[in-house]
Amino acid sequence: MADLRIKIGSLELRNPVMLASGTCGYGAELEDLIDLSKLGAIVVKGTTLEPREGNPYPRMAETASGMLNAVGLQNKGIGYFEKHIYPTLAEYDTHVIVNVNGNTVEDYIELSRRIDRLASIPAIELNISCPNVKQGGMIFGTNPTSAREVIAAVRKAYSRTLIVKLSPNVTDITEFARISEEEGAEAVSLVNTLLGMAVDPKTMKPVLSTVTGGLSGPAIKPVALRMVWQTARAVKIPVIGLGGIMNGDDALEFIMAGATAVQIGTATFIEPRTALSAIVNMDSFLSERNYDSIINIIGIINRI
Amino acid sequence: MSKRIEDLTVTENHRLAEGFFVVKVSSSAGLPEILPGQFVQVLVTESPSTFLRRPISVHDVDYLSNTISLLIQVAGAGTERLSRLRHGETINLIYPLGNAFTLPAVGEKVLLAGGGCGMAPLLFLGRKIKESGIEPQFALGFRNRSRILEHEQFRDLGTVHLATEDGSEGHSGFITDIPAFRESKWDRVYCCGPEPMMKAVAALCLERDIFCEVSLENLMACGMGICLCCIVPTTSGNLCSCTDGPVFNIRDLKWQTSE
Ligand SMILES: Cc1cc2nc3c(=O)[nH]c(=O)nc-3n(C[C@H](O)[C@H](O)[C@H](O)COP(=O)(O)OP(=O)(O)OC[C@H]3O[C@@H](n4cnc5c(N)ncnc54)[C@H](O)[C@@H]3O)c2cc1C
Ligand SMILES: Cc1cc2nc3c(=O)[nH]c(=O)nc-3n(C[C@H](O)[C@H](O)[C@H](O)COP(=O)(O)O)c2cc1C
Ligand code: FES
Repeated sequence: MADLRIKIGSLELRNPVMLASGTCGYGAELEDLIDLSKLGAIVVKGTTLEPREGNPYPRMAETASGMLNAVGLQNKGIGYFEKHIYPTLAEYDTHVIVNVNGNTVEDYIELSRRIDRLASIPAIELNISCPNVKQGGMIFGTNPTSAREVIAAVRKAYSRTLIVKLSPNVTDITEFARISEEEGAEAVSLVNTLLGMAVDPKTMKPVLSTVTGGLSGPAIKPVALRMVWQTARAVKIPVIGLGGIMNGDDALEFIMAGATAVQIGTATFIEPRTALSAIVNMDSFLSERNYDSIINIIGIINRI
Repeated sequence: MSKRIEDLTVTENHRLAEGFFVVKVSSSAGLPEILPGQFVQVLVTESPSTFLRRPISVHDVDYLSNTISLLIQVAGAGTERLSRLRHGETINLIYPLGNAFTLPAVGEKVLLAGGGCGMAPLLFLGRKIKESGIEPQFALGFRNRSRILEHEQFRDLGTVHLATEDGSEGHSGFITDIPAFRESKWDRVYCCGPEPMMKAVAALCLERDIFCEVSLENLMACGMGICLCCIVPTTSGNLCSCTDGPVFNIRDLKWQTSE
């Protein structure tokens, strides 16, 4: 067995593979199919202060090697989460990270404060990159001044590990990674979905109710990988890479490009065991090549 | 109820009519309990443009041979590939998924209404209803005589009323035009078919205060409640048609706002 342990700030994970927010529910939905305790962490559904119904149907369009979604952060709000969901999550033998969303800086602060009180949640992922909401979301993640403001405010409000999830819908993602680092984030995760759209020629209408949505899946992998590589060279804090990882080798590509950890998103819809097989694949790759630890190959493309 | 991910073996692929076929798949592990109205998520291989799994209703279940039947209509590349499944091939399923139809109480008079591939879940439902001691009746609608699907197995369970839109066989018009549908006092109506059909059936049932459940075919990405793409507006907010459905009581749906 190679050593797969990695650290995100002060948080130690048993391996670098997590499930991505919005693609694994609260974990429970997948318990019949996969052993969650084998995972490095799960990042549960995007959570907001107030309950949200999300965007109208249709919210999904299949595209060449990917999908568009326009879910729009449907969730029952932090109050419901604290009362009904948190107690069940606290039982899991894996790290549970909450993805935090708001319309305003105040929302983000209040939400982070409340999650800070939940002892079994060791980290939050600050989502400033959701493309599917009118207010907040990506507006914070695509404007450097607002990004700095919200990250600084959440840093003050939240005492545990802070991860900032970055939007790929910017000219230079490293700028936002640097801002995150300067404002005290322990890690950045990238990428969220790429803004895209689809038209149905038969109906002569956009497929999604919101016209535009977020593209995920293998279609975005080369873009995500490039951004992870650039970011890992630009900051010292760990980079969590995601975007189109469909198998174990895809995960290794992100690690070799500089990611300390990876997240599996859309792949779970098609093959729920993807994250588990990525872990097995990492272990066998390291053993075959005589590496003791996954740490040895993080960013290795820059050294060979 | 627990779901599983499993490779099943194709034991039969039988063409019913142009574009419709029944695929039988068997489980070497033995089938779990499956309820009428539930569906499977099929992994479609060898179809490069098919990215996501495809949701298909359970058409019938045979516990003696551990076989599930799927009634599939070719709609695009994914179902076209499934139409070419050969005996002995394996297909990967996540199943059983979704809720189920609520079964009638003893002595109730029930009608199962559907058309096209919407007939799919009604066979297994009819079988379960028959097993519970009630003889179901069926109202099946088709565009014209040449589109009528084989329905001997439905006839084995109860009376079948047919309607064709052009009147080339059975009653002329939609299933809601079948006299037995309008004249009899039904305690329960179950419906699966194209959305206009389900809406017409729902309207008739609401008007007459008949208990009615429909099985929706919303677009799905995961089928397991983790993507929230398949939502249906209901009186209790947006629900997932893959986990809270696909079967809904028409009284809970807000169809006017989903259009
Ligand atoms: C719970 C559930 C149960 C189903 N049961 C059956 C069944 O028993 N038998 C069967 O033949 N089909 C069933 N369907 C529909 C089936 O899943 C779709 O026809 C299939 O996914 C189409 O895939 P494709 O790749 O062949 O076509 P695609 O290329 O994906 O689509 C072809 C065309 O059909 C439309 N379409 C695709 N899926 C849907 C959908 N869900 N609703 C409305 N329009 C759609 C597309 O917009 C496109 O215009 C079910 C769907 C659901 C959600
Ligand atoms: C249906 C769906 C819902 C998502 N919801 C969220 C969310 O609530 N918060 C978030 O930060 N990212 C969300 N994402 C983005 C994913 O976490 C991930 O960043 C993106 O899909 C790229 O990874 P992938 O290609 O592996 O899916 C969602 C993605 C999808 C497909
Ligand atoms: S299809 Fe993913 S939640 Fe229903």
